[in-house]
Amino acid sequence: MPVAHLRIWRGDDEDGDYREYDVEYGEGMVVLDVVHILQATQAPDLAVRWNCKAGKCGSCSAEVNGKPRLMCMTRMQTFTPGETISIAPLKTFPLIRDLVTDVGHNFNVARDIMPELKPRQPEADGTHRMHQIDIDRIQEFHKCIECFLCQDVCHVFREHPENLDNFVGPRFSIQLAQVAMHPLDTNPKRDMAKAEFGLDYCNITKCCTEVCPEGIHITDNGIIPMKERAVDVYFDPLRFIGRKLFGGKEKNQA
Amino acid sequence: MADYETHEYDVLVIGAGGAGLRAAIESSALGARTGLVCKSLLGKAHTVMAEGGLAAALGNVYPQDNWRVHFRDTMRGGKMLNNWRMAQIHAQEAPDRVRELEEWGALFDRTPDGRILQRDFGGHRYARLAHVGDRTGLEMIRTLQQHAVHRGIDVYMECTITQLLKDGDRISGAFGYWRENGRFVVFRAKAVVLATGGLCKVFAINSNSWEGTGDGHALATWAGADMIDMECVQFHPTGMVWPLSVRGILVTEGVRGDGGTLRNINGERFMFNYIPPMFAAETADNEEEADRWYNDKVNARRTPDLLPRDEVARAINAEVKAGRGSPHGGVFLDIASRRDASYIQRRLPSMYHQFIQLADVDITRDAMEVGPTAHYVMGGVRVDAESTASTVPGLFAAGEVAGGMHGSNRLGGNSLSDLIVFGRRAGMGAAEYASSLSSLPALNSSEVDAAAAEALAPFDGNGKENPYTIHRELQDTMQSLVGIIRNEGELQQARARLEEFRERAKNVTVEGNRQYNPGWHLALDLRSMLTVADLITRGAIERKESRGGHTREDYPNPDAHFGTVNIVQSLKDGELTWRQEPLPEMPADLKELFEEDH
Repeated sequence: MPVAHLRIWRGDDEDGDYREYDVEYGEGMVVLDVVHILQATQAPDLAVRWNCKAGKCGSCSAEVNGKPRLMCMTRMQTFTPGETISIAPLKTFPLIRDLVTDVGHNFNVARDIMPELKPRQPEADGTHRMHQIDIDRIQEFHKCIECFLCQDVCHVFREHPENLDNFVGPRFSIQLAQVAMHPLDTNPKRDMAKAEFGLDYCNITKCCTEVCPEGIHITDNGIIPMKERAVDVYFDPLRFIGRKLFGGKEKNQA
Repeated sequence: MADYETHEYDVLVIGAGGAGLRAAIESSALGARTGLVCKSLLGKAHTVMAEGGLAAALGNVYPQDNWRVHFRDTMRGGKMLNNWRMAQIHAQEAPDRVRELEEWGALFDRTPDGRILQRDFGGHRYARLAHVGDRTGLEMIRTLQQHAVHRGIDVYMECTITQLLKDGDRISGAFGYWRENGRFVVFRAKAVVLATGGLCKVFAINSNSWEGTGDGHALATWAGADMIDMECVQFHPTGMVWPLSVRGILVTEGVRGDGGTLRNINGERFMFNYIPPMFAAETADNEEEADRWYNDKVNARRTPDLLPRDEVARAINAEVKAGRGSPHGGVFLDIASRRDASYIQRRLPSMYHQFIQLADVDITRDAMEVGPTAHYVMGGVRVDAESTASTVPGLFAAGEVAGGMHGSNRLGGNSLSDLIVFGRRAGMGAAEYASSLSSLPALNSSEVDAAAAEALAPFDGNGKENPYTIHRELQDTMQSLVGIIRNEGELQQARARLEEFRERAKNVTVEGNRQYNPGWHLALDLRSMLTVADLITRGAIERKESRGGHTREDYPNPDAHFGTVNIVQSLKDGELTWRQEPLPEMPADLKELFEEDH
């Protein structure tokens, strides 16, 4: 059986270090399998969060060789034999222990931004009519498995954790978008792009789109259209460029 | 004395999958102070993995469909062991619950005229499953989660309940620990709703996430509740078989619903050889008719690829045993040769993704290899059909942890609809019960101290046993001796092994401290798993017949007597006891629906 050389972060928010382990593993395995073998044989108290091991729940997010990924969807065969594989907790969120971080901030945002749907009246027969073509785009946002890799990689947070209070982040930008674009919604759309959501903090580097395991076009299909709805157009870099090009008055935040 | 924090609620809901969320929403809407506890983060419960859809007789694709047809399909799928009243309520209320999800923001795939599209699934006479591609569970849990959050329900995430608390005969709350720091927490409550899901982590090959350790089944048993038909476990016919790393992960029945067919190593569509007499009249006996059925439900009979899950799982098992299996011990599931690539990618995006990423198989070009995987338990807490009340006052149960609804075999798509129909009823039942109590039941502090001592025991073990090792051996035992095909000798052997595991479990020792320690968490989950393994095995010994998900090679046929009884198990003076009790009697007007069967 092949042997994986792992370098795993062990420790809590006060003290910790990388530790190295050699783990035998089998054909077709993913990084999460190897972590489980390590738990069962050498490190029974190694903290790791996971649920489905099928890429559907978004629990096992970590930074593998520095890249934010789902451990259950990262196959061992993608590494060169003998390569040391480093596994670290998400950088943006406070560490609890080993590979587990406190992602509670995201649940607080979900609670506080409250983009509740206010559906229109149903048809006479009590049902709603919506056409597939009108929901294709928001069905894309509904694919989000809340792995928070986009929140982790977003440089607005990654280099400035204090911005967690200023910007809802990529995940919740598309949640705002999915309600704003819902065919049944009767909310005044302007409310969905309030300054407090901080959409102007995003300057469209698309790091979030790159790490999304569901392949959601977070920036192109979600954030940019939401920025276009923003109340204060001067806070929008795209429009800023437009004004530059076409001679409008300039004022930029980015 | 144990150190713990205390919270007080009218209704405490344990579990935040579809049933728990729906129960909490209802209870809170009725004005009960409601708390929701879940073992994982919110939105990660096993519901998120449900793929194919939720069954409801909306009649959008086939106007002939109605609750009576759905009810009949459900009862026949369950081999008539179902609680008829639960099956009736389920079939009648599911359409309203689906429309309610849409009001709350769920976006189901649409028909050409803009209504909710419905898909074919095993055992359902008409295309009946509302769905979103093959990620319907995600849509459902996210919709319910966001709705619950908007209602301001208190959610306790990554908090595991290890024991229910009682004041005399009635429920007084629950005891648990925070996974993050291992500290203890006591919930005082007038009523508790169990919505803890399933238990298939006791089997080696299973489709469940780590949470499926039967906690709710065990908590209810320890609290003295009646459990019914625990031997009825569903082995889903199509789990992945290769590579070993993904063995057991579910392949949705939607593959067959959308045109996929099962083949053996010779390319033969073998399901035509396994049509049981009960379904012969409504099942196509040739390939031409079976293929025509996808577009013509009126003049053609259903393909045998979509027989109920128990039938298909046994057929696959038999093909593999006869040496006609695929290279890795399964059979082939082929949709590539039958539907074009863009259709497959649109209808089955998760399956496409799952196979290409984890197995290097492009399902638009090649057949999948699939085999049975432990998926669901039909048995569970015995409940009242109207209120979901268990036999313990103040304890309610909904979803997979409750028994009766699905009889001896569940139809695909009937689980998600079960969650929202009976989740809502559990919330109503619990809130109503809570409002009948003027004050919180008393907290018994010695009971809390004992629960705390038991939870900490693995830190003081003698070092002889590792929880991971016992878990693996338990899974291997259940898989080989209490699996898809059972017999008396092997079941007795399993009982003896379970006894050994229980002894060894007393010596389980964990390393490290109480802070997010998975070894410790597993040691505590092991208590639940040992209890439910025992319930399954004893039930399987007592039910001397083959019915639905329970197959005995020494009693290969259904038995008229056993078809009229539940196997009821409960704890009396610390010992499990079991007995047979008659099923509730179906009223005459519903019996008429089955007369054409005789």
